[in-house]
Amino acid sequence: MSELDELMKVFGEAGGDNSILVREDIAHFAASGNKILSTRATQGLEIKAEETATGIAARIRVLEGTIIKNPVHLCFGILHKKGIQEIRMDIKLETGAAARFIAHCIFPKAEKVRHIMDAVVEIAENAQMTYSEVHYHGPYGGIEVIPKAVVKVGKNGRYLADFSLITGRVGKLGIDYTVKAGENAVIELIARVFGHGDDRISIKEKVMLDGENSKGLIKTRVAIEDRAQAEVTGITEGNAAGARGHVDCMEIIKDNAVAKAIPIVNVTHPLAKVTHEAAIGSVDKRQLETLMAHGLTPEEAVDVIVKGILK
Amino acid sequence: MTLLEIKNITYRVKEKEIFSGLSLAIKSEEVHAILGKNGTGKSTLAYLIMGCESYIPTSGVILFEGKIINDLKIHERAQLGITLAWQEPVRLEGISVRDYLTLKKKEKDPSHYLEMVGLSPELYLTRMMDKSLSGGERKRIELASIVALEPKLAILDEPDSGIDMLSIQDIINVINVLKKNGAAVLLITHREEIGKIADRASQICNGKIICSGDPEMVAQYYKSRKCEVCIAGVCVYV
Repeated sequence: MSELDELMKVFGEAGGDNSILVREDIAHFAASGNKILSTRATQGLEIKAEETATGIAARIRVLEGTIIKNPVHLCFGILHKKGIQEIRMDIKLETGAAARFIAHCIFPKAEKVRHIMDAVVEIAENAQMTYSEVHYHGPYGGIEVIPKAVVKVGKNGRYLADFSLITGRVGKLGIDYTVKAGENAVIELIARVFGHGDDRISIKEKVMLDGENSKGLIKTRVAIEDRAQAEVTGITEGNAAGARGHVDCMEIIKDNAVAKAIPIVNVTHPLAKVTHEAAIGSVDKRQLETLMAHGLTPEEAVDVIVKGILK
Repeated sequence: MTLLEIKNITYRVKEKEIFSGLSLAIKSEEVHAILGKNGTGKSTLAYLIMGCESYIPTSGVILFEGKIINDLKIHERAQLGITLAWQEPVRLEGISVRDYLTLKKKEKDPSHYLEMVGLSPELYLTRMMDKSLSGGERKRIELASIVALEPKLAILDEPDSGIDMLSIQDIINVINVLKKNGAAVLLITHREEIGKIADRASQICNGKIICSGDPEMVAQYYKSRKCEVCIAGVCVYV
């Protein structure tokens, strides 16, 4: 079985649709470790990638005015127990372009794996980008994931990012995102993580509302059990008139897990407004009792609540 | 046949006695209304029957179909056929209305339960049970979920609160459907027009049932009360 077939087999087992590699109307880029396995670009989309000593360097452009109908799939992974993968990504959506990227990060056997993503993203005026990153880590927890991104969103631009790591062990996660919003730009950062065992989760997301009437939301949902630990830092700056931001963090803890939330709100313009809410605790008693009154056992009820907040 | 029997229960929270020798019996397929002013413990009675955390009678027994259920957990009582619609239903993030209505019976189409409470399945089945729903919408969905459970005993804690007057008929319809499906209903309400559809009614005051029988008669007795808020131990009315 080729490495690509193996990667896609795990991708399929994790619920992915393997036809994305076959269909000519769907763009994709797949890499295992530092090997580029497959690439397809569609009209108005350029993908230039090269292998480095420890990973991949890729440059992606969505050309001016191009609206990419189907999601662009990025498949990264390491199929072996040990390894390193450093991805350097340079993405630009030119004026008026729109695209949705789905990154599938697959590390099914990770026992000593390091995955680093260093992305620079530029979204030009009136452009829109949605970026969903879904991780599958397997049961061993021997993985360190360090996704870092600096995103700049131009006038009337939109950037919606959704990070999800709810299948398998987390291992060690260190998200560090910074997004700068221009005039009328809309930013939404959502992260959902489920930690087990002795997983360590650190999520730091920063939205700088620098443009007039820009809007930002940082929404984080974390569930942790066993001895897992999580620290969530959501930072929003309101630096221009009409800027509106909100930080919303919810963490559910079970067993001996420990959670921490640090919402930071920094407003430098009198006409900007930023709000925040954070809730950490065990499963809500009333929610639990309501579901139990519908016949669910306590374990089933907790499962429904946790899956709900991570959905 | 008696479905639920509460025998001489006492319930104390710290030094305060909420119930002192309260007894009540509900027959199968009976709609039994509970009347009482604010603070008399109507909701507490509902939680004691459902078995909510820390709601355990200090003394006395609760029997369901002849079996003592004092030590059973909520889900164990639910599995026997008891359920409760809370006065203020919770919101649940990431759970759709469809999911909620089919928690235990995933294969069932829940559309008609929504229609029963005046909500369009097309508009509501995919909605999330989160803060995007109004309080009134949540109440209606809660009632729909109770019918979907096909319980033997449905405890409805003020199903009319937060629902506009025009929708009272929807609540009456739900109670009638529950009854038609063979359920008994313990109905906690302030609304006379809903109380009137009950087969029997009881008034709680000073930690006891002080009057029980025909709903009209109990309502008259209740309306003749002299106090506005129950202060239990020093009540001079009874």
